[in-house]
Amino acid sequence: MFVILALVGALSNPYLVSLMTIVLLFTFLGQSWNLMLGIGGQLSIGHALFVGLGAYSVGVLDVKFGISPWIGLLLGMFVAGSVGAVLAWLSFRFEVRGIYFALLTIAAAEFARIMFSGWEFVGAMQGLFFPAPTNAMDMAMLRGDARFYYFVALALAALGIAGTELISRSYLGYVWRAMRDDEQAARALGVRTFRHKILVIAISAAAAAVGGGVLALVQGSIFPDSIMGMGLSVDVLVGPVVGGLGTTFGPLVGSLTVIPLNHAMSALGDSLRIPGLNNIAYGVVLILVVWFLPDGIWPAIVRLCKAIQVPWRVWLPQPRKAEE
Amino acid sequence: MTSLLEVRNLSRSFGGLVAVNNVSFALGAGQITALIGPNGAGKTTCFNLVAGAMRPTSGQVFFEARRIENTPPEAVCRMGIARTFQIVRPMRDMSVLENAMVGAFSWTSSVGEARSKAYESLESVGLAGKANASTDQLTLSDRKMLETAKALSTRPKLLLLDEVMAGLRPTEAASVVRVLRRLAETGLTILLVEHVMRIVMEVASRVVVLHHGAKIAEGSPAEVVADPKVLESYLGTGFHA
Repeated sequence: MFVILALVGALSNPYLVSLMTIVLLFTFLGQSWNLMLGIGGQLSIGHALFVGLGAYSVGVLDVKFGISPWIGLLLGMFVAGSVGAVLAWLSFRFEVRGIYFALLTIAAAEFARIMFSGWEFVGAMQGLFFPAPTNAMDMAMLRGDARFYYFVALALAALGIAGTELISRSYLGYVWRAMRDDEQAARALGVRTFRHKILVIAISAAAAAVGGGVLALVQGSIFPDSIMGMGLSVDVLVGPVVGGLGTTFGPLVGSLTVIPLNHAMSALGDSLRIPGLNNIAYGVVLILVVWFLPDGIWPAIVRLCKAIQVPWRVWLPQPRKAEE
Repeated sequence: MTSLLEVRNLSRSFGGLVAVNNVSFALGAGQITALIGPNGAGKTTCFNLVAGAMRPTSGQVFFEARRIENTPPEAVCRMGIARTFQIVRPMRDMSVLENAMVGAFSWTSSVGEARSKAYESLESVGLAGKANASTDQLTLSDRKMLETAKALSTRPKLLLLDEVMAGLRPTEAASVVRVLRRLAETGLTILLVEHVMRIVMEVASRVVVLHHGAKIAEGSPAEVVADPKVLESYLGTGFHA
């Protein structure tokens, strides 16, 4: 699958390259969100907070001080991870959990958005602009043409999928899924759910920050309303929900479905002069998926392959079952 | 008799209702003790108090001479007390083996080590042959044994079993009894809540009887069934063991 995606980047036209860059970035962001809810059982509807913190960490260091985005990404991971951990600690310390924790994530993201909107040093509402793109590739400053960013996004998506798979197979995967399914039962088996919830949220937040930092570089600018807004939080979670919650490939399949559809419908809407057609299509797809494939597209593909006896074990990693 | 667990004057009330009232008992190491009583007698509440899932209104719980009544459940488990739930709670999306592995991560972070411990636990309850099955393929009896295996993976010194035999057919219950006996022979201490009197008589070496939250009798199964208070409140006057 990644070979195909790599070829897409190398061969196809600029529009497809930039579209696929976004698809892959949202695959990675969706993966971070999926880790938190699909495996850790903690719902966030404010992931834009972490995405935004990552974007601003890269943006401020690069634009204001000329410091490499690599450092910015590390700073973003640290900042977002810490904010996530503190948010989780405060929340769970005072028994705010489940849907109330999700509300808290929205509140925190909105708080941050408003704060950054009024903060002159980071550009306030006028935003931050990266230096104009060049065609010369510069690994140290992570600058290059659209194709360069495509491969950065591809590497990131691959890293996200590999990382999720690795975590799933480690003891964290077992412990987190136990905690997700039944916190009381997990605690009775000695799982220290308090610290594991904080850990999964911190890791998810740090990953989201990396995605946010790269997203900012790709877009070449940062505006608080788009990078920290509710809209972005929703975009992050639609991929994994449509693709398959808690599955390794769900976010990729979901992003591949939703984002091109969104763009196509948006273009169609423009030519037919029906503004908002993309949003209608979005809604219809969501309803169809929830209605017919409530556990997402990816598990349905796996079921289909089993049903028609494709030797899917050969070419697909098996979803979570014991190895022996 | 050295006691592994000692419960001293334990009470717990919910609003005006006293669910557990000034209960004391001790468990000897390597013994199987049964906690019996009619519905609503406070057996499960007693369990929850010992396992740290609830805090007592008053009284103390000592485990290996340490007070644990205000210790959270995960810490109680890590000290060596594992429990099962009356309502079976297998984890979905996880095979039988994976379910049994979770408990092992309380003492190891190696997946391989957890896997071999989980096999061992499944073997000791007779579920090793179904290690790769998904949990919704299991019968009720198997699910109850999986709960026990999950608890065993935490390497407990004391095992708390909440009605593992309720709803089982007599042949199934008999095999559970054999499993429990074998576990006790390995030195594990077991406290079980049970309704089925015949099984209690067969498996337990000591019985504690609760009624309306208070302890009304304690002793060997034979002593307990001969106790007039027990006969009156629980077994009914026509009971013959």
